[in-house]
Amino acid sequence: MNANFASFLYLVSGVLFIMALRGLSHPTTSRQGNLYGMIGMGIAIATTLALATPSAGRFGLIVLGLAIGGGVGAITARRIAMTSMPQLVAAFHSLVGLAAVMVAAAAIYAPESFGIGTAGDIHAQALIEMSLGVAIGAITFTGSVIAFLKLDGRMSGKPIMIGGRHFINAALGIALIVLIVLLVGTESKLVFWLIVAASLVLGILLIIPIGGADMPVVVSMLNSYSGWAAAALGFTLGNLALIITGALVGSSGAILSYIMCKGMNRSFISVILGGFGGETAAAADDGIERTVKQGSADDAAYLMMNAQKVIIVPGYGMAVAQAQHALREMADKLKANGVDVKYAIHPVAGRMPGHMNVLLAEANVPYDEVFELEDINSEFAQADVAYVIGANDVTNPSARDDKSSPIYGMPILDVDKARTCLFVKRSLGSGYAGIDNTLFYKDGTMMLLGDAKKMTEEIVKAMDH
Amino acid sequence: MDQTLQKALDQLDQASAAVRLAVQNMATAPGGAEAAGNAAHAMSGGAIDPFVFRFAIFVLAIFVGYYVVWSVTPALHTPLMAVTNAISSVIVVGALLAVGIAASGVAAGFGFVALMLVSVNIFGGFLVTQRMLAMYKKKDK
Repeated sequence: MNANFASFLYLVSGVLFIMALRGLSHPTTSRQGNLYGMIGMGIAIATTLALATPSAGRFGLIVLGLAIGGGVGAITARRIAMTSMPQLVAAFHSLVGLAAVMVAAAAIYAPESFGIGTAGDIHAQALIEMSLGVAIGAITFTGSVIAFLKLDGRMSGKPIMIGGRHFINAALGIALIVLIVLLVGTESKLVFWLIVAASLVLGILLIIPIGGADMPVVVSMLNSYSGWAAAALGFTLGNLALIITGALVGSSGAILSYIMCKGMNRSFISVILGGFGGETAAAADDGIERTVKQGSADDAAYLMMNAQKVIIVPGYGMAVAQAQHALREMADKLKANGVDVKYAIHPVAGRMPGHMNVLLAEANVPYDEVFELEDINSEFAQADVAYVIGANDVTNPSARDDKSSPIYGMPILDVDKARTCLFVKRSLGSGYAGIDNTLFYKDGTMMLLGDAKKMTEEIVKAMDH
Repeated sequence: MDQTLQKALDQLDQASAAVRLAVQNMATAPGGAEAAGNAAHAMSGGAIDPFVFRFAIFVLAIFVGYYVVWSVTPALHTPLMAVTNAISSVIVVGALLAVGIAASGVAAGFGFVALMLVSVNIFGGFLVTQRMLAMYKKKDK
């Protein structure tokens, strides 16, 4: 195939990727968008094959690779539980990172095939681009593996603090720059693998001090990194589709990280430095006895059936308990009884951006009943009942009222303004931030102690009486 | 007035010469955006490195990404991550080159591993996005 025409086709696939993201501006156009994405990928693959014209044997190898990977991917996509989406995305990021390292390795062992010079005489510019790609790719790989292990509960969500880690990280960073300069000078394969090794270690050290609840930022950040790695290799290969896609993914991940940080009122730097957000942080105890009003499933059913407006606030606990289906059943009963039901989602609810929306969609909750914080917060004052299930810190009024609170300034859902707040919780412990929730002691709050799913199911049963 | 016209005509000449050059290059040019870069290189009289053009595309794509991603509804942020993940697997083009034409067996081996890894992502990423998006339904009235 003519190289200019190929370039043009790569541009087309880049544009199709832009349209894939554009489609996500509304659920109705999103499916079409995803189709554009698939077509774009198909064009990129077909163009490369037409351009490279591999021999029959090599072509067989390509089909084999595509079939093995594609089979695994397709089965995973079909079987994965929606609650496990954060882990899945983290795992996918690690694959892109590792693939970037492998592609760069292939390029340094066979520079002629990539048009970046000949062995022993690779263009300096290509070497710089490549080493950036490989460093970011390797960091993405190990960082995502750690994020995956934390999200999947195979590793404690607690921040793991290593003494002098800032010093070690800085030293590794400087070592990386020196190695890249060395690589450009010597083109040594040993130096190349040293860059890989240093970046792999750096990826681990960067993510282990970050707590489980800060994972929404981490997953978004790694999303961004995988994009920058792809873009760097796009420069090496001189491929438009890769450059455009890398830039898109890089900025997308960066924006999501920013939105997540804003949702927690924390700076990006403080999240990256880590040490916050262990899931089992000790509760603050000021020695003051406070009383909590406890209720039963029957009380909750009675209150909600006689309400005019109920707002449901789901959080990570709902995902852990898999309570979304029971919740939808409860909402159906309420709606059948003429109650106005809405859902309110905090930006950082769950373990990744938009996590709650997917779970509610899975339980067949229509998306036009689900609202973002800024769209629904003013409605709590008119609501009879706010049903908080599996959320905690995002409802803590001290973030709004108490200047001395560590989470002061974080935007919260004003559930305390509803006439009654029903709070489903396993025990009276604190949330991930280790901060006592003053909402528990308010007059309008009724605590429903128990597993989120069981409690909701009991309420549904009680509604039938 | 005349001067401006003359200048414009000169530039038009230069442009058409560049296009002719680019067309001549077509048959011999190396792969992908290299060709686009080279054509642009020729058009600018050889003074500008193709890297600059690629970098320009990169910067513009960042801006496009910025505006497009801000317009994504927060309800679809999880599918957004899944689909950005799927499209970043376009790095498959590098893997295909390595498996397809690399003379070195080591390079082809690395390429093959990379190809399998990103294939997981391509199929897994798009299909899981499709599965998620299919769940978003409107209220039936």
